[in-house]
Amino acid sequence: MSKFQFPESIRSRPVYGTLEPRPGKAHLMIADAEGAEALIDLAAQDADLIHAAHIIYIPKNTGETYVEKLRALAPAQLYVGPSYEASVPRIRRVLSDAHMGLQIYLAGTEGLMGQAMNEAMHAGIPHSAVQTEHRGSVARRMQCVHCKGITEDVMTDPFVCSHCGLNLFVRDHYSRRLAAFQGVCVDAEDPGNVPEPVELYK
Amino acid sequence: MTIQFNKETFRDDYSFRNSDWAIKRFPFPFHEDSYMYSVNMEQHRGGPEGSVYEKRFDVDEHYVSEMQDRALVLADDPLRCQSLPHMTLAGWDTLELIMVSKSEDYPDLFELDRDGDRWRWINKPMGIDHTFTFLDETTLPCGPLEYITRQAQGDFAVLDQRNDMLYMDAGMVTTQADWSLDFDIGMDFFEWHAPVPLAHEMGIFKRALKFLLNIQQGAPARRLNWTMTVNPLLDTSPENYHKWGVQKATLTPDNIGAKQHLRVELQTFYRLPRSNALLFPIRCYLIAFQDIVTIPKWGRRLHRVVRDLPEELADYKGFIDNRPLMLDYLSKFDDGLPTSAGVWPDLDTEPPLSK
Repeated sequence: MSKFQFPESIRSRPVYGTLEPRPGKAHLMIADAEGAEALIDLAAQDADLIHAAHIIYIPKNTGETYVEKLRALAPAQLYVGPSYEASVPRIRRVLSDAHMGLQIYLAGTEGLMGQAMNEAMHAGIPHSAVQTEHRGSVARRMQCVHCKGITEDVMTDPFVCSHCGLNLFVRDHYSRRLAAFQGVCVDAEDPGNVPEPVELYK
Repeated sequence: MTIQFNKETFRDDYSFRNSDWAIKRFPFPFHEDSYMYSVNMEQHRGGPEGSVYEKRFDVDEHYVSEMQDRALVLADDPLRCQSLPHMTLAGWDTLELIMVSKSEDYPDLFELDRDGDRWRWINKPMGIDHTFTFLDETTLPCGPLEYITRQAQGDFAVLDQRNDMLYMDAGMVTTQADWSLDFDIGMDFFEWHAPVPLAHEMGIFKRALKFLLNIQQGAPARRLNWTMTVNPLLDTSPENYHKWGVQKATLTPDNIGAKQHLRVELQTFYRLPRSNALLFPIRCYLIAFQDIVTIPKWGRRLHRVVRDLPEELADYKGFIDNRPLMLDYLSKFDDGLPTSAGVWPDLDTEPPLSK
């Protein structure tokens, strides 16, 4: 599957790279859905790295597509979870045990990478030391600036806030602390005048 | 000088007014007949007597009412004041700077008596007489930053400095030009300015950051920024944009002089002594178009600036839809005569409107 090229944007918007093997005492890999492909590509470069890795994987709508392939890489530990939320206690537990020399690899959707990045930052790891690679859906995790509610997997602009019901437009302004982009009322100045939703990047 | 504090509102019936005194001392931001971004920094070491630049933290006729408006905003949304855990010391630095400055600059309004770490703070306009222990949070009703900025006009961003970078790690933000502290807290200097058009490409932020990183204790700096606001609404927050945005569509040729306000920010920058953080007060001054044009030079110049502003800036500052209406109004106060250099009203030397 080819990788999506995000258009150039503003300075607060995250930029994702390509995972590469880095020397480390331990390796934590967190991925969702097609993010598994990035880990498989990484294993092709350095199989031993994966043998030493703890993989936390949330298949989302890809179901069983990648699970056996990941198992075949023979990671030291493989967790397959039903949702990102369900995996958070485990991620925190792993990070609380982390020592100097831990390498973190994030792959998959922006929402997954953003939230896992946030956990790493809370554990004291600078965001610039964490590798990321976008794969799969270009859906965004959006915060409504009005009610503060988060709407996951937003695919259109504008969209309806899943909490307060306002019609929000999708900004590129991004908060690492919230792991979300900012959504702002689209018809504030002309109530009821809501443009037709357009798929993101179309 | 004794200040008569106005009883006025910045919402609902919008009874906010500027006296003749406040109009003449308004920080008009345009030093020439056009505007473009610049790193327009200068030292903040006083200014002409009576001007808003004279004191470290200007107190004017709107003080008490602005503090009441802030209390209303915070009651609605406590997230407007936040401080990341490592910023408490910077909050105490801020409290000290404001208390010391105000008690020295306005001894008839504020008193500070310090006996070791036992401090007694008297704020006469707000009726506060409070004794507390410096650096002991349990002796204040809230955190030090919130405590003192509930008693000081303008927003306050407190910027932590590390890695040759500034981080927006604390603040009190209730009179903002449409940005959210809750969203931006923790961001670095380039990230929280990310939505600003053109200025990144012009290198403005790189140069500004270099300047700010080197601000020293006792040598504060200042600059002006500006935008436009319909109605004298202090809380033009993104949080409440779905409530106030519609007001931008209420301008008519008959009400624009009273309703349309120029919004000017006097931004100052102070190095804080214990935390090495940078305190960034953003003081908002509002003035109705009909009051600006009572100063002939300002009327002429504002017309020319609004007329010639690049589209991107008019859009970013949120008045592109209202610009034609603004120009219809302002053109009546522009007779084409040249204007004197600088920001001051020059009432004695500039000719009256000849139109």
